[in-house]
Amino acid sequence: MAMVTADPKDVPQVASFAFTAENEASARALMAKYPAGRQASAVIAVLDLAQRQQGWLPRVAMDEVARLLDMAPIRVYEIATFYTMFQLKPKGRHLLQVCTTTPCWLRGSDDIMKACRAAADGTVFSVQEVECLGACVNAPVVQIDDDFYEDLDAASLGRVLDAFRRGERPKAGPQIDRQTSAPAGGPTTLATGD
Amino acid sequence: MPKMKIDGREIEVPAGITVLQACEMAGVEIPRFCYHERLSIAGNCRMCLVEQEKAPKPIASCAMPVMEGMSIRTDTPTVQKARNGVMEFLLINHPLDCPICDQGGECDLQDQAMAYGFDRSRYAENKRAVPDKELGPLVKTSMNRCIHCTRCVRFATEVAGVEELGATARGESMEVTTYVERSLSTELAGNLVDLCPVGALTSKPYAFVARPWELTKTESIDVLDALGSSIRIDSRGAEVMRVLPRLHEDVNEEWISDKTRHAIDGLRRQRLDQPYVRRDGKLQPATWNEAFAAIAARLKGLDGARIAAIAGDQCDAEAMVALKDLMAALGSPNIDCRQDGAALRAGPRGGYIFNAGIRGIETADAILLIGTDPRAESPVLNARIRKRHLAGRVAIGSIGPAGDLTYPVERLGAGPSSLRDLQDGKSSFLAKLKAARHPLIVLGMGALARPDGATVLAMARSLAESCNAVREDWNGFAVLHTAASRVGGLDLGLVPGQGGRDVASILAGAAKREIDVVYLLGADEIDTGALGKAFVIYQGHHGDAGAQRADVILPGAAYTEKSGTYVNTEGRVQQTRRAVHPPGDAREDWTILRALSAVLEKTLPYDTLDQVRARLVAVNPVFAGLDRQTAGAWGAFGATGSLGDAPFARAVANFYMTCPVSRASETMAACTASRGRAMAAE
Repeated sequence: MAMVTADPKDVPQVASFAFTAENEASARALMAKYPAGRQASAVIAVLDLAQRQQGWLPRVAMDEVARLLDMAPIRVYEIATFYTMFQLKPKGRHLLQVCTTTPCWLRGSDDIMKACRAAADGTVFSVQEVECLGACVNAPVVQIDDDFYEDLDAASLGRVLDAFRRGERPKAGPQIDRQTSAPAGGPTTLATGD
Repeated sequence: MPKMKIDGREIEVPAGITVLQACEMAGVEIPRFCYHERLSIAGNCRMCLVEQEKAPKPIASCAMPVMEGMSIRTDTPTVQKARNGVMEFLLINHPLDCPICDQGGECDLQDQAMAYGFDRSRYAENKRAVPDKELGPLVKTSMNRCIHCTRCVRFATEVAGVEELGATARGESMEVTTYVERSLSTELAGNLVDLCPVGALTSKPYAFVARPWELTKTESIDVLDALGSSIRIDSRGAEVMRVLPRLHEDVNEEWISDKTRHAIDGLRRQRLDQPYVRRDGKLQPATWNEAFAAIAARLKGLDGARIAAIAGDQCDAEAMVALKDLMAALGSPNIDCRQDGAALRAGPRGGYIFNAGIRGIETADAILLIGTDPRAESPVLNARIRKRHLAGRVAIGSIGPAGDLTYPVERLGAGPSSLRDLQDGKSSFLAKLKAARHPLIVLGMGALARPDGATVLAMARSLAESCNAVREDWNGFAVLHTAASRVGGLDLGLVPGQGGRDVASILAGAAKREIDVVYLLGADEIDTGALGKAFVIYQGHHGDAGAQRADVILPGAAYTEKSGTYVNTEGRVQQTRRAVHPPGDAREDWTILRALSAVLEKTLPYDTLDQVRARLVAVNPVFAGLDRQTAGAWGAFGATGSLGDAPFARAVANFYMTCPVSRASETMAACTASRGRAMAAE
């Protein structure tokens, strides 16, 4: 296996990080959910805020979270490195999280993965392979930012990605004619209303 | 008291302990890596698996509390198989580089692999590789060997109080790291090496130096601070190779400071290995007879009042009693063991020892630190205070130098005026002290080694009395010394006699030519430039400040080279043992004084160590009781006078360099530089 490490030295860091006033207020609201002295419990949520603001989590952002929550920085690093949803390297504007677990794989996630990798240029898109997203009924699935794009094939994925490139936000959910997880092509039972 | 069965034997154990502890009590050894008595329970190595009746699968005994009627089996095939499996998993990513690993021969993993290991590997894939970390000048890392027991993480967080180590990522990617590269900012870093059950953290100064089986082990006492930690000196031939802690629940538990552990390379450098006599302004090698003759010539016919002696911070009691007897024979009252000028007198004993005992810290429920920075003066004692803090419900206040003590401290001021304000009830902390059942008042040398020290001492005494800190069952008046020899010196009465001079007055007298001969017994922490034209005899083991100024140098033995008696800050009488011989012509210190006394025709009445020790007991019966600690006699001490305005200074400016040994140590110099860089970076 290759060298294992999460050393921030290997990543181009940013010089400083400060929460926007709005995010700082949200962070304080999150901290207020916990009893006095237990503000550290809000660390995952506050890290997520920081990631949403910055796009990823540079070291200075984790330090700022540690300062805000009165934690030792290493405790924040531990949490940020533990969860794969925290991005410790700079990402493109949109993160493509491609599910490659069995149901998606059976339904063609290999093609989806190939297309996503081709699209990932580091500026607009970055790609990440993830485990089951829990939307197997609509396999194959790609999570783009916070939304699931389902029932994809190479063509429909291309359309979705093109829309993102144009700065639009295409409609999330199934990309075929289908209402959420209902049967494709319309109802198969109680169809006539007899 | 739950009753339980271990391997079919019925045993009654205290409630609240773990199955692993119960097994230990029953005499069954359980293999473990992550479990450590003094750290929180992690339960992540899984090596301590045992079978519990009616449990569906093996349980981790370190994390399972005992319960009434429990039946545990540690000797079944299932247990053996489970442990074999765990061991195989641990070894998957462990490089089998034992031949080049410094832990080899004293490695828990190596030892336990003998019992639970498989004789070949079924893992054909590549092992993972983890980059090594830079943790400062004392701890060398080889992270491929890490088995992620997290003992080091827990030690740093809990005992040392520096949350700098952590385990990042997870699964196969998990690594123990500081994440952002930095030296550990703790004075207890060496203990990480002891805790590490494998060779991931090893001692940097000791890297590739020796193997454990070729070392001679001598149980001794540390004298580099006033705590008197129990240590084991590992030596090979004439060299001290390393120092390890020994278990002593009342003093150092099982920790020692980095100075105790790593200053020993200073024992090899700048040593005085033969007598010197100053001829024509230059120190020149001499024989013992020439050196003694030079001293005898200078002392001949000299009035005792013109002779003075100062005992240093690492003198053993034997040498000090010999010095005292010699000075008495020469008719000199000018003798002092308080190099820093601390305003402590030779009695009553309760006035100059840590009456509560180091262990008493754990009982205290309100702690006031006056003029002391325990983290620099005695890091292991500081760890005890932190332990007390972690146990909860304690108020800790400090008057004196500010700094991070690794636990929260209520800052009450910086100087004597704050102490007076506290006494006058202007601070809410007084109420906390008065409400406490076991108030502890720790008085440091920063508060005593100053012109108004005696007044501060008296104030601290009256504060202790007014808080009911001094009573039959508890004496919370505690003096934290910085010198290993100080309590012993005070016990022996190495203070100026009738009309005698103290250190400051000796130096002033030498400058004014009222003192002609000054005998420095390992005294290096004085302003040697103030000795004027006096004839200086320096007896000690290092070519430090005192030796540079000396007219005659008598080479003595360091603490690893003699059997000496020391009394630690809590008044516990302990003895060092000789691990190696003094270099060259150097001799044990009391024998030098004894030989000199014969040349001066004032022969001291003891010829053997036993006779000197009998003399110690005759001077002060406290020396008869080895390794005992009790509160000292109480009485009036201190003096009334005016208070100065200056804030209490730090008694120890640089923890890593406080004595001739640590000043000569390259490792301590590296630590000082590293700490300096870290502070500059902040």
